[in-house]
Parts: sequence; structure tokens; C-alpha cells
Amino acid sequence: MSIDRRKFLLITGGAAAAGLAGKQTLKVFAESEARKSEGFSGRRWAMLIDLKKCNETEGCTKCIDACHLAHNVPHYDNKKDEIKWIWKEKFEHAFIEQENEFIPSDIKNKPALLFCNHCENPPCVNVCPTQATWKRKDGIVMMDWHRCIGCRYCMAACPYGSRSFNWREPRPHLKELNPEFPTRTRGVVEKCTFCDERLAKGMKPACVEACPSKAMIFGDLEDPNSEIRVMLGSNFTMRRKPELGTQPEIYYII
Amino acid sequence: MYGTGKVLIGILIFILAFTSPILINMAGGKASVKANPVLPQSGKCIESKEYMKGYHMEMLDIWRDKVVRQDIRFLKKADGSYYMLNGAKAEMSLTKTCMSCHDNKAKFCDECHNYLDVNPYCWDCHIDPSLAKKGVTK
Repeated sequence: MSIDRRKFLLITGGAAAAGLAGKQTLKVFAESEARKSEGFSGRRWAMLIDLKKCNETEGCTKCIDACHLAHNVPHYDNKKDEIKWIWKEKFEHAFIEQENEFIPSDIKNKPALLFCNHCENPPCVNVCPTQATWKRKDGIVMMDWHRCIGCRYCMAACPYGSRSFNWREPRPHLKELNPEFPTRTRGVVEKCTFCDERLAKGMKPACVEACPSKAMIFGDLEDPNSEIRVMLGSNFTMRRKPELGTQPEIYYII
Repeated sequence: MYGTGKVLIGILIFILAFTSPILINMAGGKASVKANPVLPQSGKCIESKEYMKGYHMEMLDIWRDKVVRQDIRFLKKADGSYYMLNGAKAEMSLTKTCMSCHDNKAKFCDECHNYLDVNPYCWDCHIDPSLAKKGVTK
């Protein structure tokens, strides 16, 4: 079969155009499927914590217990090995440069509840060499433990100490095991993921559900009628270390 | 070649001795060690046995990326509808979906993995449901 140049160009050009168009359509389909979250969908997840309500019950750790049980977070007696997704910290440690010597004692002496801030501009994501941590479209700073190589750059980058490293094999240090959620292995970094696995099923984060004082409000900042937006609009709130420009998505009523 | 006959006989004996396990199996008609995964009594798998034998690891890899990185959690059939499992949408999950039927890791998963001497590290993190029931953490 003989083929002249004109025909050859027509055929190859046509095939290339068809291929490109096909790829584009596929991409659009893939994106629309990915965007259509099947459960509890939001565009910018955030949390508001009312520290007055949070400290209603002295020494309450219900949210921490619920979270750590749901996610198989091990317990270590040695502080150096500690793994934490939610924890309590003194006001002056949580809100550095906000403290002064005349702060009301009920604020100064009561702990603040801390988690991963799911920053709008997360420094941990920028430094991760394997993209094991990344910012999801709905604002969650997510972790893929399959990809984490344990370099701990993210821990150095995080200004809030939200990340913990598994120095030891975590399984022997679990009192109870939740078979619905994996454990981690030694040499992996972990942190709060805003309960992405529960959001996908239309449930709120485990800590929010467990709180007896309803001190935590979880919602979508892009929705002006959401409870969290109404609360943010009617209360003065604080965020941790706002001067760093990370734009935390965890807000506090002091 | 010096001593050709003896060398050739020697080579022949060596080959026979070296291949004796294979030859005995061929003569006896069956292998002495064989992977024999125990299948669940009832239920139908989402894919054919042949596909699963060859590609279950690739399928799990695709599931992992979809769930963790794209937040696509539930398993769809070719027609776009969802697979159901115990009255709920089936998740793309090794432990929650696959192992709800194939609930004996030792007699199903390990059987072939040991035979082939592969050591997947899925269960370093993901929890074997049968162990979890017994309260064993490792």
C-alpha cells in the first residue's frame, strides 16, 4: 500500500486529536468522581473549641480516649515515646506570646485542647519528600502511611508539635484494638486526620461525638449558614501562632 | 576428551540426582507440597478466581490509592451501582471487605504467600479480623 505525505499527515493528525480529546474527557470524568465525596462533604473543614465548655469537667479526657481508641494510638508511659493525636497543654504553652502575668487564673491554669491545625498553608506538606502528607481539597492535611519513610522533616516543620513519630513498634502498646482502623509500624509519623474515614461515611469526627459538653464544633467554613460560621461570626476567637501565616483551621473561644 | 565414557556417565548421574524430586513428582503424578488455600463456603467474589489469582495485589494497590489519596471509598460494579455487604455499601478495604468472607488469614492468604515465598507487609498495619476477635494484638 502506498501512502502520500498528505494522507499520512491527515491520519496521524486525526489520531493525535482523537487521543487528546479522549484523554481530556477521561480526566473530566475522573475529577468529577473524585470531587463527589460520598459521605459528609464539605469544602473547607474547620473546628471550633470552646475552652470554657471544654474545661467544665476537670480532667476530662473523653475526646482523647475516643480518638486514640478509634485510631489505634498506642500509649507509652515514657514521654519520649509519646504518640498523640489530641492532647492537653497549658495555656501559656499553647498560645505562646499571648500570655501575660495578669491573665485570669481560670484561663491560665486550665489546659487547652490541641490537635493538628489542618493549616491553610501547611509547612509540613511543603517539606515532605514523598508526598506522604498533602492538603486535600476539603482542607484536611492528610497522611498516607504507606508512603511515609519516617524522615521526620514534617515534624521539624510543624510549628505546633502536632506530629508524633513511632520510635517503637506500636502494636504491643495498644490496650485495645480497633480492627476497623490500621495500626502504624515503627518508623512512621502520625497525626490527626480530622477522621477522614468517618467523614466519608457521613459521621462527625470521633472527638466531637465523644465530647459530653459539646465544646467542639466541626463544620464547613465555606457554608455561611453552618454552625461553625455562625459561631465564628458571633464570638471572638483565637488561633495558635497566627503570626506564622500558616492559617490554622482550629479556632478557640477562650 | 580423556575418560569420555566415565565423565558422561557421571554427568548423567548428577542430572538424575539433581532433578530427582521433579522426576519423582512426575512419576507419582502429584507434587508433595502444594498451596491449598481454603475458600469460603458460600458467597461470590467480586472478580473471577483467575483474575484474583493473578491480579489481587494490583487491585488492592488501586483500592489503596483511591481510598487514601482520592477519598473514593466504596466499591462500584461495572454498571455504576454499589456492591453491598451486610446491608451497607462495601468499602474498598482488605480487612473490611475481602476478609469479611476470607476470614482465615492463615489458611487463605498465608497458604499461597508462604508457598511462593512472598512476604506482603499489609498486616504489619492492617489488622487480621480473626486475631482482633481473639484480642491478640500481634
